Amino acid sequence: MSSADIYREIILDYYRNPRNYGKLEDADVVVRDSNPLCGDEVEMHIKFEDGKIKDIRFNGKGCAISQASASMLTEIVMKKSIEDVKKIGKEDILDNLGLTNLGPARIKCALLSLKVLKMGIYSYLADKVGEKEEASKIKEDANKLY
Amino acid sequence: MLSVIDVDRIREDFPILKRRLKNGKRLIYFDNAATTQKPKQVIDAIYNYYTNYNANIHRGVHQLAVEATEAYEDTRVKVAKLINASNDEVIFVKNTTEAINLVAYAWARKSINAKDTIVLTEVEHHSNVVPWQIIAREKGARLHYIRVNLEDSSNYSLMLEDLYDVLARENVRLVAVSHMSNVLGSILPVKDIVKICKGYDKDIKVLVDGAQSTPHMPVDVKDIGCDFFAFSAHKMLGPTGVGVLYAKQELLDHMDPFIYGGDMIKEVHKYDARWNDLPWKFEAGTPNIADVIGFGAAIDYLNAIGMNNVRAYEHELTEYMLSRLDEVKGLRLYGSRDANTRGAVFSFNLADIHPHDLATILDEDGIAIRSGHHCAQPLMEKLGVAATSRASLYIYNTKEEIDAFIESLNRARLIFKVGDH
Repeated sequence: MSSADIYREIILDYYRNPRNYGKLEDADVVVRDSNPLCGDEVEMHIKFEDGKIKDIRFNGKGCAISQASASMLTEIVMKKSIEDVKKIGKEDILDNLGLTNLGPARIKCALLSLKVLKMGIYSYLADKVGEKEEASKIKEDANKLY
Repeated sequence: MLSVIDVDRIREDFPILKRRLKNGKRLIYFDNAATTQKPKQVIDAIYNYYTNYNANIHRGVHQLAVEATEAYEDTRVKVAKLINASNDEVIFVKNTTEAINLVAYAWARKSINAKDTIVLTEVEHHSNVVPWQIIAREKGARLHYIRVNLEDSSNYSLMLEDLYDVLARENVRLVAVSHMSNVLGSILPVKDIVKICKGYDKDIKVLVDGAQSTPHMPVDVKDIGCDFFAFSAHKMLGPTGVGVLYAKQELLDHMDPFIYGGDMIKEVHKYDARWNDLPWKFEAGTPNIADVIGFGAAIDYLNAIGMNNVRAYEHELTEYMLSRLDEVKGLRLYGSRDANTRGAVFSFNLADIHPHDLATILDEDGIAIRSGHHCAQPLMEKLGVAATSRASLYIYNTKEEIDAFIESLNRARLIFKVGDH
């Protein structure tokens, strides 16, 4: 897709004015990952309650795609149940960003935050709830993203 | 102004420059610090070896083996002449990284002791940092970094007072320094560094990472006076998979091999073996024969132009690039503004556009640049940035290409709606 299509107003807006940017002091989990190739970094702070994401923040540095994607994802999953969040896949993210035809060089930028989120849910379920089996499925999901 | 080289004729020799990219655009290749393109003379030399005299070297007495051995050893002679070394001081390795690792394993492991100091600089590529971190950890030695001077915009060189300082205070055994920064483009004063070190204690060894300098300017290891010098063929028109380690003969004589096996031995008995003579002692196993031969053709190609002319042409391109970059609003260049102190490597950021986004936009215009940390994260930390964009030029690049690049930067400003600040 052309770069004018990639860098639409909405992507630039989320890049320059990220929603839910920051940290949570009382987060249940803090997860972080980076893209060694390009150095994009995303860290998510998640607070759970009654099987739902009660609150979520992200911070990091990187390209417009990675940072806008992370910010939009926090908006999507805020207050959602873990069950619903588990179902979010690659296509949902790309659809939401309007970047359905991103080339192989940049797709990792778009999906980094979903990977981080899934790893966050994994670590919550495995370490805090003790649902090891369910958790490992999510970890597998996360690793298959790219 | 008439150029010192005939760039149109040079471009004819590079088949890749004729290709069209996905969207029909012409390729503008500005990622030469990563790897350069190859002229047909190099590609033909490799093809010719596989087609006409493919054989293993040094052992066979048949005609093909003799021809292959001659061609392989011819490249060694060419390399030796190129950098003013003797043939026995030229070791073929895989790349610059392997050359530095060879020094780390075969020399430093025996020569660096606890409480000794290895001096590096803040501009080093990871390949000239990580091996020394490992040696330092293993031996209980210290690492010390010479700072880069970011204050002087016409220089971007090293703060040599740091070198004097560490020499006075610590037991320095090795100084490992780049000849040219792969990020800033700064040409570093390696000759002065050798002089300072040897003046202090002639046993201090100096390793020069010449990966970025050797392709772009005349290099004379005897004049520099360094003990080790490393570079790669693929950054100077040659194939990937070939690098060179130069080391002073008396050092090589006392170093044990790095890799053991065939070709590096003189005699092998059941329980012991005698090492081969230099330089083969360090070239175990069947080497990368085809690509070493290809590298020979690359050196011939550069010699036909003349390394002085290569440098002069890049100087001309650098001056032009610096003046054009000045026109781009919101562009921050990380590097010297004086073409005399630098090579044609330009790292920069444009407003708040992330380098990966910028590279994506330029790619659409057929322009290949690099974005990221350029394997120099300590320097990125010093610059206070996570990443930069980098355009790096070579002999087949033109001022017209620079114009197209500048135009593309301005298009990126429009796409990102960067204000006129």
